[in-house]
Amino acid sequence: MDLALLWFFIIAILWTGYLVLEGFDFGVGMLMSLLPRGRAEHREKERRVLLNTIGPVWDGNEVWLITAGGATFAAFPEWYATLFSGFYLPLLLILVALIVRGVAIEYRGKISDARWARRCDVAIQVGSWVPALLWGVAFANLVRGVQLDEAHQYVGGFWALINPFSLLGGATTLVLFLLHGSVFVALKTDGEIRARARRFAGVLSLVALLVAGGWALWAQLAFSVTWTWAAVAVAALGLVGVALTNRVGREGWAFGLSAVAIVAAVVLIFGSMFPDVMPGLDGGNSLTIAEASSTPYTLTIMTWVAAFLTPLVILYQGWTYWVFRRRLTVDHIPAPAGLTWKKIKESAF
Amino acid sequence: MEALDLARWQFGITTVYHFIFVPLTIGLAPLVAIMQTAWVRTGNERWLRLTKFFGKLFLINFALGVVTGIVQEFQFGMNWSEYSRFVGDVFGAPLAMEALAAFFVESTFLGLWIFGWDRLNKKVHLACIWAVAIAVNLSAFFILAANSWMQHPVGARYNPETGRAEMESIWAILANNTLWAAFPHAVAAAFLTAGTFVAGIATWWMVRLARTKKPESVELARNVYRPAVILGTVVMLVAGVGVALTGDAQGKLMFEQQPGKMASAEALCEGEEAANFSILTIGDLSNSCEGVRHILEVPGLASYLGTGHFSGPESFLPGVNDVQQEYSERYGETDDDGNAISYTPNLAVTYWSFRLMIGFAAGSALLALAALWFTRGGRVSDNKWLARIGLIAIPTPFLASSFGWIFTEMGRQPWVVAPNPTGIDQIRLLTMRGVSEVVSPGMVLTSMIVFTLLYGVLAVVWYRLIHRYAIEGVPTTVRDESPEAAPDDSDRPLSFAY
Repeated sequence: MDLALLWFFIIAILWTGYLVLEGFDFGVGMLMSLLPRGRAEHREKERRVLLNTIGPVWDGNEVWLITAGGATFAAFPEWYATLFSGFYLPLLLILVALIVRGVAIEYRGKISDARWARRCDVAIQVGSWVPALLWGVAFANLVRGVQLDEAHQYVGGFWALINPFSLLGGATTLVLFLLHGSVFVALKTDGEIRARARRFAGVLSLVALLVAGGWALWAQLAFSVTWTWAAVAVAALGLVGVALTNRVGREGWAFGLSAVAIVAAVVLIFGSMFPDVMPGLDGGNSLTIAEASSTPYTLTIMTWVAAFLTPLVILYQGWTYWVFRRRLTVDHIPAPAGLTWKKIKESAF
Repeated sequence: MEALDLARWQFGITTVYHFIFVPLTIGLAPLVAIMQTAWVRTGNERWLRLTKFFGKLFLINFALGVVTGIVQEFQFGMNWSEYSRFVGDVFGAPLAMEALAAFFVESTFLGLWIFGWDRLNKKVHLACIWAVAIAVNLSAFFILAANSWMQHPVGARYNPETGRAEMESIWAILANNTLWAAFPHAVAAAFLTAGTFVAGIATWWMVRLARTKKPESVELARNVYRPAVILGTVVMLVAGVGVALTGDAQGKLMFEQQPGKMASAEALCEGEEAANFSILTIGDLSNSCEGVRHILEVPGLASYLGTGHFSGPESFLPGVNDVQQEYSERYGETDDDGNAISYTPNLAVTYWSFRLMIGFAAGSALLALAALWFTRGGRVSDNKWLARIGLIAIPTPFLASSFGWIFTEMGRQPWVVAPNPTGIDQIRLLTMRGVSEVVSPGMVLTSMIVFTLLYGVLAVVWYRLIHRYAIEGVPTTVRDESPEAAPDDSDRPLSFAY
């Protein structure tokens, strides 16, 4: 088998891993002020329930992005170079969002102070909404094709990345992640918040069917090839399945099916890009898999590394989800363990 | 300013900043793992209290290391896309391996460690922090493999058709002698950083408690903080010796591989035998040899550091003028645009960063020696000067690491991939050729300002949290939270939650 082709698949798998996993923790971040209800202390407890559903796993989820980036650098240097220098400002925004989000998740509980918690909540939400939108914008542009010169440099500028198709793509990932996060919360919590998450997921699954379905049809009709109709169909069936299973309270199924919808979206995206890694606008100067790829030697080495390590990663990350499989309720949330900014004088001195 | 200068400033700012958190992470993870091992093996509560205390400080630090690390990986493509095109076939592999083999492990198992105190069997939980400790060091290995290849490219060939470097042997890249000098040096520096951090904080606490003269406080100082002082100082001494030995080995390699870096580190203009090591030299910042005046020197030491000989023909060190002449002949006098190429790194920056690196690293030795003396034979010191030295020592290894990186990266200029003088041909890239072609100065300036401001705010938060948790001290009460100690109580609240 052609190694460059294999690596196109592997990159797609790494992005799938990233979008499925961080997709739900973006969703949980976006829900931080949408789901919690009740009096102030109760809301705070519910926010902590949400945060703790992803607490042990969000960082491991984000490594899928680092790996997708590193693997693109190693296997398709030209793609990495053109994409990252070309999509400069969206990536800058994504980086800033991921930074403030990660820091806020980790530091929120370190200080017990209402104002501090509010600020961190803002950072977590901004840091979740922004990438959820921008990943869709970026991938939609890859599907649509971007303006490349003969040397495969991106010459379209920032504003060319903002167009109706890419904005609808952004809305698609946004809604998909919000839905994915809602069904994850329904699966991982118990009590009122679980019920609320389910109701929310019920509405969202219909919105997702409309938005993501609309984008997928547009992508399929305007930019893709026949066989990706299958991906569009699977995505649609997945979302219908989420609506149904969520309604009857099969939360595990609902979560699995919303993951299927995201996988199908990635298949549609990569399927329509194929055999390019950066399709040119209207097919001009496209950067193909073969042109962008590393040498067979490098790809062989990377194949061995990926073949050994990726199953291992899936295994121990899967184990992590098993260890923290328990549903969380507000009763599981201990009193805040953080310190106050000012030290209370202790008796020893 | 051009995009090139801005991109270089941004790389410098974000990388030096990232490497504030990295050495503490690399060194402190194993130390926390050692403390927890001591608790699991002896059951002595002091080690659990220390694990919890330094574990919290570790986590505060780790968070910033992670988020600033993402920028590093994206930055190559964003600002340095032409560099990425040239080296990607070789350079991308160690980065991808780092993510797959190390970063996944550290992130996943750290999550298990943080939240797993009451979920995992005691030994499995302990294994999680060891997995983190090993993985962070493995991360350092792969990242340094990539960097060492930029310092001394091996295991690759030049493809004239594509104009790119291509990997020939991953084994040669992982066996690069530059890597095997840089890796132990960086790890030893990381242990020095963490040892000083632990010893500095524990010393301050020990003295502070001992000065209260209250029996229970003195007991806390003796029973909990003193062992941490000893652990920290022993690590410091071993790591300090390691830093010096590996640094010396690096100096010898640098003399062979990057003579321009060595010459500018010594501000040596003309080559000479028995070259002196300058302790104080002044210049006029014009980067020309005319202004350089050596004021205070140690005879022959520079030659010894580079060649292993104090005098004689074998002690010859080439000066920057020799390097300029030789490189002009080998690699051209002018670039593609017809401008003359200077093969001399920035003399003032290289010269001073080299000395500041050594000076700051040596500074922490003062704490190690003082602390060991004042705690000899079971003593608990209440000497307030010792506490002050402890606090002053904490930042010194951080500064040494920063200057070490500034030295090694600035000393490599004008190259981003330095030519291998004895090895493969054609694999070299001038820094100015590596910058992205499609990225405007305004965009780089924007991202530089955004990152600098954001990093500035985060530095304040990081420092305040570290400071706040350090002055809180070890927890007053700890309990064994493991499932073995409290079985069959699966619906109790989480022992730890965000």
